[in-house]
Amino acid sequence: MILDDYQIMLNAYEEAGGRPSVFKDLRIAHLVVHREKVLASHSVEGLILNAKGTDSGVDIDMSVEEGIKIAHPVHLCFGVLPKEGRQQIKINALIKKGGQIKILAHCVFPNALRVQHIMDAKIVLEDNAVFCYDEVHYHGLTGGVEVVPTAEIKVGKGARLSTNFALTKGRVGRLKIDYRAEVERYGVLEMVTKVYGYGDDKIKVRESARLIGEGARGLIKSRMAIREEAQSEVVSELAACAPNTRGHIDCTEIVQGNAKAKAIPLVDVLHEKAQVTHEAAIGRVNEKQLETLMAHGLTEEEATYVIIEGMLK
Amino acid sequence: MLRIENLTLERGNRTILKDINFTVNAREIYSIIGPNGAGKSSLAYTIMGCGDYRPNKGRIIFDGKDITDLPIWQRARLGIILAWQEPARFEGITVEDYLLLGIEKNRKEAEEALKRVLLEPREYLKRRVDKNLSGGERKRIELAAIFAMRPRLAILDEPDSGIDILVLDKIINFICDLKERGTTVLLITHRPRMALAAERAALICGGGYLVKEGDSQEVVKCFKNKSFVCPRFRQER
Repeated sequence: MILDDYQIMLNAYEEAGGRPSVFKDLRIAHLVVHREKVLASHSVEGLILNAKGTDSGVDIDMSVEEGIKIAHPVHLCFGVLPKEGRQQIKINALIKKGGQIKILAHCVFPNALRVQHIMDAKIVLEDNAVFCYDEVHYHGLTGGVEVVPTAEIKVGKGARLSTNFALTKGRVGRLKIDYRAEVERYGVLEMVTKVYGYGDDKIKVRESARLIGEGARGLIKSRMAIREEAQSEVVSELAACAPNTRGHIDCTEIVQGNAKAKAIPLVDVLHEKAQVTHEAAIGRVNEKQLETLMAHGLTEEEATYVIIEGMLK
Repeated sequence: MLRIENLTLERGNRTILKDINFTVNAREIYSIIGPNGAGKSSLAYTIMGCGDYRPNKGRIIFDGKDITDLPIWQRARLGIILAWQEPARFEGITVEDYLLLGIEKNRKEAEEALKRVLLEPREYLKRRVDKNLSGGERKRIELAAIFAMRPRLAILDEPDSGIDILVLDKIINFICDLKERGTTVLLITHRPRMALAAERAALICGGGYLVKEGDSQEVVKCFKNKSFVCPRFRQER
């Protein structure tokens, strides 16, 4: 039974853009979780990766040893295969001083009619650590998924954290992201979210960062494309609290049909030597881009597709 | 190949182009020269069929067919392509994707096109056509796209703007190469040296009046000597 689930999970993982062969490669740490079952788990030297099933999901403890660079990206695959179900993932990640890790996570719910996926992450980067978290979702075509990822992030002195969240294929369903981060002296934070919604999808994204140490940097970038009756609300919040901190909020939302988009950049500058900039473009596809591609012989529909696909890439 | 008949474009009370008439023959380079604000770019956008540039009067005839009411992409599919003065930038689209868009081409042609505008394919094909490219690089990529597409009529709007003066001759050579490949070129410029690459030219002055048309040497001379009176000022007097 578990083996069957494992194979189906790998198929769904592949459908979402992953490469199942990575789970056979012993140089690559990985974790495959279906509902509350850990189907596969493998770690590598310098990385502690413990996953334990609970009543409603899985608790994961992950830590990278001091000064260790994990050579290959760690692959995580979370999913719920039946039409209904709930999965609660708790992640505690600690990247010790100078440690480096890149994670590629795929969350797959290909058959969902009523599935809830909740992720609570606590991520701590000690001084000069590097953490890159790329997360790709595939929710199937029915829109019956509710995904609620939250993260509390601490970026230590000189550390670098980047997150890339992508949900650009299939339906979204209900998505409610809430990431909050604090960045210390000369730390760097980059959070990128890309979502394509249609039908009656509802997207809420709140990404917030406080640049609390001197020279800290932060970028919050979101790219949304919505059509039909979909709705999106993006709140991007940057507070620059220390000298020489720099932040930028960059939000683009393309709206088609009856879709509705809202973008709220919140900028707090609490020091005279700090600076936060923001740019936002909400609305239809940029006319000049459209005409440039149409002047290459693409119809309006084709040109719109190319522009949106590029933006979400 | 291209015949412009009594073309008039107005915006509110303002006339942008006034009763413009000229003909471009197949496989020739034809320049439109004039000062800033004369309406040269508006003429280019009107011929291409851009959304806000629907003429109030007149016709655009391409290969004997009235294309005045055709949408931009249908004109492109007839073989009319516009290289914008300030080309748009695109997130997530590589130079290679961009060069291969729309009309059927292959990678080799894309590489060749980049070489023609003095950009090294290995360095540029995988770069994105976004804000990380300089204005000059973006402009050259637009010209490369034109080269790769082998259009029947290329409208080049200020192809030298944003490109350093040192490569001006190369741009002129590039335009001549386009002609050699069978493309007719409508060259929009305010630079006399560039306009002289054409066999024939038209001079447009403020308010969108065409004041002189014919041999490019004569038209350019007229422009340089300012030996013309713009009808708009004549009327105002």
